[in-house]
Amino acid sequence: MKAGSNLEKVLSKGLFAVTGELGPPKGNDISVIKRKADLLRGVVDAVNVTDNQTAIVRMSSIAASNFLIQMGLEPVMQMTTRDRNRIAIQSDIFGATALGIKNMLCLTGDHHTFGNQVDAKNVHDLDSIQLIDCVRTMRDNKTLMGGQEKIEGEIKLFIGAAENPFGDPFEFRAIRLAKKAAAGVDFIQTQCIYDMNRFKEWMKMVRDRGVHEKCHILAGVTPLKSGGMARYMAKNVSGIIIPDEIIDRIVKAKKPAEEGIRLCVEQIQELKEIDGVHGVHIMAIEWEQMVSRITEMAGLSPRPALE
Amino acid sequence: MIKAEQKPVDEILKYLEPYNKILLAGCGACVTVCHAGGEKEVSLLASTLRMARQKIGKPLEVIEATPTRQCEPEFALELSERVANVEAVVSISCGVGVQTVVRHFLKTPIFPGVNTTFLGETMVHGVWEERCQACGNCVLEKTGGICPIARCAKQLFNGPCGGSSKGKCEIKRETDCAWQLIYDRLKALGQLHKMEEIIPAKRWGVESRDSGPRRIVREDLKV
Repeated sequence: MKAGSNLEKVLSKGLFAVTGELGPPKGNDISVIKRKADLLRGVVDAVNVTDNQTAIVRMSSIAASNFLIQMGLEPVMQMTTRDRNRIAIQSDIFGATALGIKNMLCLTGDHHTFGNQVDAKNVHDLDSIQLIDCVRTMRDNKTLMGGQEKIEGEIKLFIGAAENPFGDPFEFRAIRLAKKAAAGVDFIQTQCIYDMNRFKEWMKMVRDRGVHEKCHILAGVTPLKSGGMARYMAKNVSGIIIPDEIIDRIVKAKKPAEEGIRLCVEQIQELKEIDGVHGVHIMAIEWEQMVSRITEMAGLSPRPALE
Repeated sequence: MIKAEQKPVDEILKYLEPYNKILLAGCGACVTVCHAGGEKEVSLLASTLRMARQKIGKPLEVIEATPTRQCEPEFALELSERVANVEAVVSISCGVGVQTVVRHFLKTPIFPGVNTTFLGETMVHGVWEERCQACGNCVLEKTGGICPIARCAKQLFNGPCGGSSKGKCEIKRETDCAWQLIYDRLKALGQLHKMEEIIPAKRWGVESRDSGPRRIVREDLKV
């Protein structure tokens, strides 16, 4: 075991993993975390805690992750390179692991101009692949970046990263995943999948390179709430592809939200059958109450209780 | 070359409120090429400033000058006599030229008349784009001659982020994704293997501006 997290145990036993996502409050109101935590407890194996996603200022991922541990859930602490240089990153990793955080997702982060502090100076001292390498060095070599300074204590982290099979250039996306695996990533969560054909094509390229044997791939899904949401995401979010037939299906449904849940469950069942997919990452954005229904309908409930 | 854009006239007029006689100094190099601070722009801006001040009944005398290169001491010093006869100077050279003038004329207030924006190239007449950040350790060999530090909004070193879509950057849709350009170029050159190598973290703290202002000393050239 590299970190001994629940997520690592589930995946290393060859079980199909389920992760969820929780956006911390836009302030210090802990009741927001508690409400979402109650909806996800026992429903997923671990919960991603976002790090100022879309560059909107929220409670820090480390602090919110710590609250989740206190509430009996296992966090996947997300960390972006947008806001921290390598000094802050390594210092925060010391603090996070001391607090009991065992999973970390290494991200570059959404550009700050999408958020609510557009005048900020962005950092990008490292990129996400260099961040993976940094964390792996801290864990396996027990030194800081650069290899000189020994770390007091042990950094035990199950290292994750994201990949987007729907970004361009498409042919490079499997190579990029291979680079993340070479840098030392243990698991991958993908961008939300609607274009199943493209995802399957990407997975084939991943398997051809043998990358699916080097890291666990969790397929990302996001249930669509409404036709408006589907149209908005398809039109405005770069790196998300929603085929027209899916938009039509949601738009034309009598109860679009119900249809969105059904679609999500069908997607999970299809993803489960793909060689190399070891789990799903359910990003129910501000719709956490639906996650337990989705996992039950998809036959992913109850979650394994591992020692 | 260095690219610049003229500051709003109102901002320049605000600087000049206390003064009645100024020198407006352009530069014959980069800012001439990008039409921000050459002889022609000196003449236009001088007329604009004179008219604006005439209109409010506080005439401004503007002396015009455009040294060949304001950032070189021998050319900046050509301004000595004229600087001595004015109350203030507006320089529409880049930030380097402004500071060369400042260094040589300690007793006269010097104001910038342009915003220095970037090191870039001319795309077509009237359009310039950023190409170099003077990072101190050129990576163009690894990236097919296209700079991800200057041209990727996140300065990524190991390939495009998830926001690269149909060749464009998600942040500004009119901007080409630098990593798409790098990919296309390396593919055309049969060098895609270069994109499989992990480029390690850059040594910003010793190579770039993060180490403080940089200095080049060439002993072989010193006199």
